[in-house]
Amino acid sequence: MSETRKGREVRKGSEARKRGRAGSVATHAVLSLGALVMVFPFLWQLLTALKTLAETSRVPPTFLPDTWNGASFEEVFTALPFREMLTNSVLNTVGRTLGQLVFCSLAAYAFARMRFRGRNVLFALFLSVLMVPSSLLVLPQYDIIQGLGLLNSAPALFLPGMFSAFGTFMLRQFFLTLPRELEEAARIDGAGSFRIFWSIMLPLIRPALAALAVITAMWSWNDLLWPLIVNTDPAKMPISAGLTSLEGQYETNYPVMMAGSLIASLPMLLVYVFLQRHFVQSVALSGSKS
Amino acid sequence: MSVFPATAASRAAGRGAAAAGGRAGPRGRRAAYLFIAPLGLGFAVFYFWPLLQTFYFSFTEFGAFGGHTFIGTDNYIRVVKDVTVWQALGNTIVYSLIGLTALPIAIVVAALLNRRGLRGVALYRALYFVPFVTLPVAVGLVWNWLYNGDFGLLNDILSRFGADRHYWVSDPSTAVYAIGTVMVWSTTGYYLIIFMAGIKGIPRDYYEAAEIDGAGALRRFFTITLPLLSPTIFFASVICMINSLQTFDLIYIMMAEKNPAIGDTQSVVGLFYKWAFIENAQGAAAALAFLLMLLIAALTYLQFRLQKRWVHYE
Repeated sequence: MSETRKGREVRKGSEARKRGRAGSVATHAVLSLGALVMVFPFLWQLLTALKTLAETSRVPPTFLPDTWNGASFEEVFTALPFREMLTNSVLNTVGRTLGQLVFCSLAAYAFARMRFRGRNVLFALFLSVLMVPSSLLVLPQYDIIQGLGLLNSAPALFLPGMFSAFGTFMLRQFFLTLPRELEEAARIDGAGSFRIFWSIMLPLIRPALAALAVITAMWSWNDLLWPLIVNTDPAKMPISAGLTSLEGQYETNYPVMMAGSLIASLPMLLVYVFLQRHFVQSVALSGSKS
Repeated sequence: MSVFPATAASRAAGRGAAAAGGRAGPRGRRAAYLFIAPLGLGFAVFYFWPLLQTFYFSFTEFGAFGGHTFIGTDNYIRVVKDVTVWQALGNTIVYSLIGLTALPIAIVVAALLNRRGLRGVALYRALYFVPFVTLPVAVGLVWNWLYNGDFGLLNDILSRFGADRHYWVSDPSTAVYAIGTVMVWSTTGYYLIIFMAGIKGIPRDYYEAAEIDGAGALRRFFTITLPLLSPTIFFASVICMINSLQTFDLIYIMMAEKNPAIGDTQSVVGLFYKWAFIENAQGAAAALAFLLMLLIAALTYLQFRLQKRWVHYE
């Protein structure tokens, strides 16, 4: 009896393998088609940026440029204060990211590892920030920035974004997982709270810090509503807002618009290519169950 | 965004920290306050105070010289009576419903990527995620170009199948769907990663047992993957809804000011922006934002109530 069952299983196995191979080809076909849909617009963007203006209004559209033309990539820099906008984007991104790493890790450590009166109430209060839609706050936030005399400045872009409930929550989850013995040993050796935080605990959650940095950088680079509100002077806008004014002025100049948006997306795409692991980790973390 | 779970973890940590910090004495306690002070101060200035202010603004009228005059509930009455608000709300709900279609797409792709021994998983994941990383302005511009009524690629492709030229983003009957499609296109990769993480958490044994029992791929998807993924699907649908209800970027980018379809695509946040920063109707804008928050809270609450009917926890 065991013989026949074994035989049946072997047969079943080979059938399954055959089915598996056909299924695998079908899977790849579906997945590749999807991937093409995801990537094709960017390819089209690049090809359009390399065409001449005249060629972009041809019917039917050409796929490859007749004459490869790189002039649009230079024109972007004269059409807008493009260099300044890129700098503003970098300042915005660095400011928000550094701010979150510092402020969130400090608070996250206290909430995870220290005991103090009002801890739970304060933590709940901090988390409530997550529930409030950002548009609800921008009117008074604008007034505060204006009151500080910071409209059309780099700090205006990143000040409110330096404080994040999400970052605090995420880092706290990581601090919670660290063994308590490390802190105790350091305390016996006479290290103060800050010392323990800075030189023992913080290095241990480096992957979480990297994940938070990457996701914060992405949100900051891509943010649009807040920059549109606080920095209306083109030279003080980050590129996310600056490109929308390109759309207004160069309404029909598709090569220049495509070149501009390619250059503007490039820094974040490069960060993504090099730090993909942290991107994936940060998204998976933000959606994980615990 | 995932705030809701982790209660058990935080309780356990509370005990651990109690032991560690209890020994620290008053000095350690003071240190704790110093640790949270910078963030607390930032929250107070940029989040809690503005929240109170918006609440106050919503009962005032913004005067010519920058002062606010108390006018009671007039702003709320204006918002409820305004036709454009209802139109924007309708559009926003349509965006949310279209936006939700990213979830089934992402689930199917995640399930396909979960096939045993499949090659190139990392590459597929990377390619699907690229639209989500890309600057929204760049996304909006390239799609506007693909949708262009005269020289756009989409019309060219469709014309080969005999379709007429169509002005996708300036025809009021298609503009919302054209923008919604781009929304789905750019967020699918994000949900894909969330679902891949969720599927990874399902024990392989279940699939192997089902395979031995002769269950096909479809059967395994419906009886194992979907039910065991339901907590993740629930989480993703809450996030997706909250985000779609606040949609602004793509619409702002893809709609030129003189676009005839602008009223038919305006979202609630778009209308808020217009009132607050272009028409200087700050009080009404604040009231609108508060009503949006109430709507989001109500719908989130509803989702949490309904989850008992379809979310399975092990």
